[in-house]
Amino acid sequence: METTTIAPEQMKEADPYIAAFDRFERNDPAWLTSLRERGMAGFAELGFPTTRDEDWRFTNVAPIAKLPFQPVTEPSATTVPLKQFNFMALECTRLVFIDGYFAPKLSTILPQPKGVRITNLAAVLSDGEPLVQKHLGRYARVDANPFIGLNTAYFQDGAFLYVSAGQVVEKPVHLLFLSTSEERGSASHPRNLIVAERDSRLTVIESHVSTVQGEYFTNAVTEFVIGEHAVVEHCKFQDESPLAYHMATQQMNLSKQADFISHSFATGAKLSRNNIYTHLGGEHIECVLNGLYLTKDDQLADHYMIVEHASPHCNSHEYFNGILDDRSKGVFHGRILVRPIAQKTDAKQTNKNLLLSDNATANAKPQLEIYADDVKCTHGATVGQLNKDSIFYLRARGIGLETARRMLIHSFAGEIIDRIRCEAVREELDQVIWDRLEENPHVGSK
Amino acid sequence: MLEIRNLHAGVEGRDILKGLDLTINAGEVHAVMGPNGSGKSTLAAIIAGREGYDIRQGEVLYNGKDLLEMDPEERAREGVFLAFQYPVEIPGVNSTYFLKAALNEIRKHNGESELDALEFLSLVKEKMKILELREDFLKRPVNAGFSGGEKKRNEIFQMAVLEPKLAILDETDSGLDIDALKIVAEGVNRLKRPDNAQLVITHYQRLLNYIIPDVVHVLYDGRIVRSGGKELALELEEKGYDWISKHDAVPA
Repeated sequence: METTTIAPEQMKEADPYIAAFDRFERNDPAWLTSLRERGMAGFAELGFPTTRDEDWRFTNVAPIAKLPFQPVTEPSATTVPLKQFNFMALECTRLVFIDGYFAPKLSTILPQPKGVRITNLAAVLSDGEPLVQKHLGRYARVDANPFIGLNTAYFQDGAFLYVSAGQVVEKPVHLLFLSTSEERGSASHPRNLIVAERDSRLTVIESHVSTVQGEYFTNAVTEFVIGEHAVVEHCKFQDESPLAYHMATQQMNLSKQADFISHSFATGAKLSRNNIYTHLGGEHIECVLNGLYLTKDDQLADHYMIVEHASPHCNSHEYFNGILDDRSKGVFHGRILVRPIAQKTDAKQTNKNLLLSDNATANAKPQLEIYADDVKCTHGATVGQLNKDSIFYLRARGIGLETARRMLIHSFAGEIIDRIRCEAVREELDQVIWDRLEENPHVGSK
Repeated sequence: MLEIRNLHAGVEGRDILKGLDLTINAGEVHAVMGPNGSGKSTLAAIIAGREGYDIRQGEVLYNGKDLLEMDPEERAREGVFLAFQYPVEIPGVNSTYFLKAALNEIRKHNGESELDALEFLSLVKEKMKILELREDFLKRPVNAGFSGGEKKRNEIFQMAVLEPKLAILDETDSGLDIDALKIVAEGVNRLKRPDNAQLVITHYQRLLNYIIPDVVHVLYDGRIVRSGGKELALELEEKGYDWISKHDAVPA
């Protein structure tokens, strides 16, 4: 492997990961070995970020760095009752991964049109599918954040979805990532590759859940390659154990006229960060990033995104709402980058935070970087309590104070949920979020 | 129905209403006209129960009860309705859900059974026609993305569904084109009954061409300085509010 130098204070924590990589034996093809080495080098170079790093100012990942190094070498369970989880009643293709390993017996793959391939990544790696070599690791850059490199070095499996030109995957594809290990520091690094060629259509649900109250670590990376005029919806539901650590990166590369919408729901994990990088590489792309985080106790939910307008005439929108309770913390970091060529860009961003407790905090960091002169870019961030005018409006119609409060809190979540296009997914998440809010004693009573 | 006696009220240390008297009986339509800053919206807000106003003196009786003691929702359930000058957008709250909840709170208060979804829908469909609202209206979030005219029509639509005893229309005409104004006025007129009353607050006489008041009051500097029949509105339109300020000393 390549030699690397890292800062001394980071060395200690990154050390076990680097040392283990040398002992990490696999039957990878040469190109993958070199990809993994680049990943490891990238991780070694960056090390675990600290709050001195501008991009990690509000999110301290030291608890992850201090976890014992425990890569899962085999899943602790091969069959798990799945009924308890969301989206299980959904008529869909489902790939289930336990602790990062594919569980074929729990998975269902509906018949698909010719030119659609839905399977696990390890399967296509072993059968030498050329598309994997062509795309894997080409988009998610190991210098974007250290966890991408770590994932690239250590991933075992994940989903491979390929939709060839003009094909439509009618039913959603549900990727269920399940953690079952109670061992502290037990880590899985799911890796997904999703290729939707021109004029194709695809809906993907990615959920991260657990059967245990474990202090485990999930570090997922998903690369999307979205062709011309393709329509793709991605819905990520992070509902990890309340003690877990969750890092995830989605890298989307969009071609002209692509219509992409992504939803990120964060309800679980003690500490979570979702990194979304979108590259708008053709004209007339529609890109919507939508998200909701609900936090309580001492949870932290961080959403970090870069929307890169690299072509003219594209529209992008980010809508992120957070409902924060107890001592919890919500972080939003939205960077809009408009390249000189990207004239007629229309980029909008809003982040709204509702604090249900005086001890909750929200950090919003919008960042506009505009190098073109004929663009429309707006951003807005709010942090606060429920709107007094809205409460009065509802009360003036006969609705009691407590019901009015509850209605408005639900509506704060509802405006995000309403953007989900797939009706079955929208209805299910609507119910989930409704129930979670109703369970909260501070909803309606403060 | 409504009796306001010697009401003195203000906000943030500023006196706005300075001894206002107003009596409205069932079956009557009253108009309160006045220039900007005369206290029109303060009057509406105080009747509906908006927070933040200091009531320094006087009383407001609604059907003999002390209105100022009641929470806003209690007033609404007792039949007081405010058509807002600036209806609030509530994205994420579905219009059907909102209005059904409101109606059922009022019905519960009156000892009536709550309406289920079907009963509610058949009731509102009829009322929607009166206000010429589109079918998809009920599926949209409350006022979210509505045009100014749609918001005002929505206020009157809610009034039609909730059937208040005392409706206060706070500058409902502002921002409406003439066609929307006619639809709104027609809606209001159809809701007039011998057992309810309406208080129309406006800056301009225009709306009163379509909603004919029984009594017109002129509010000036926190007091009713003149009351009369519908001709008073026309006179005011012709001569302007300056005319009133010159006759400021004339008691109501």
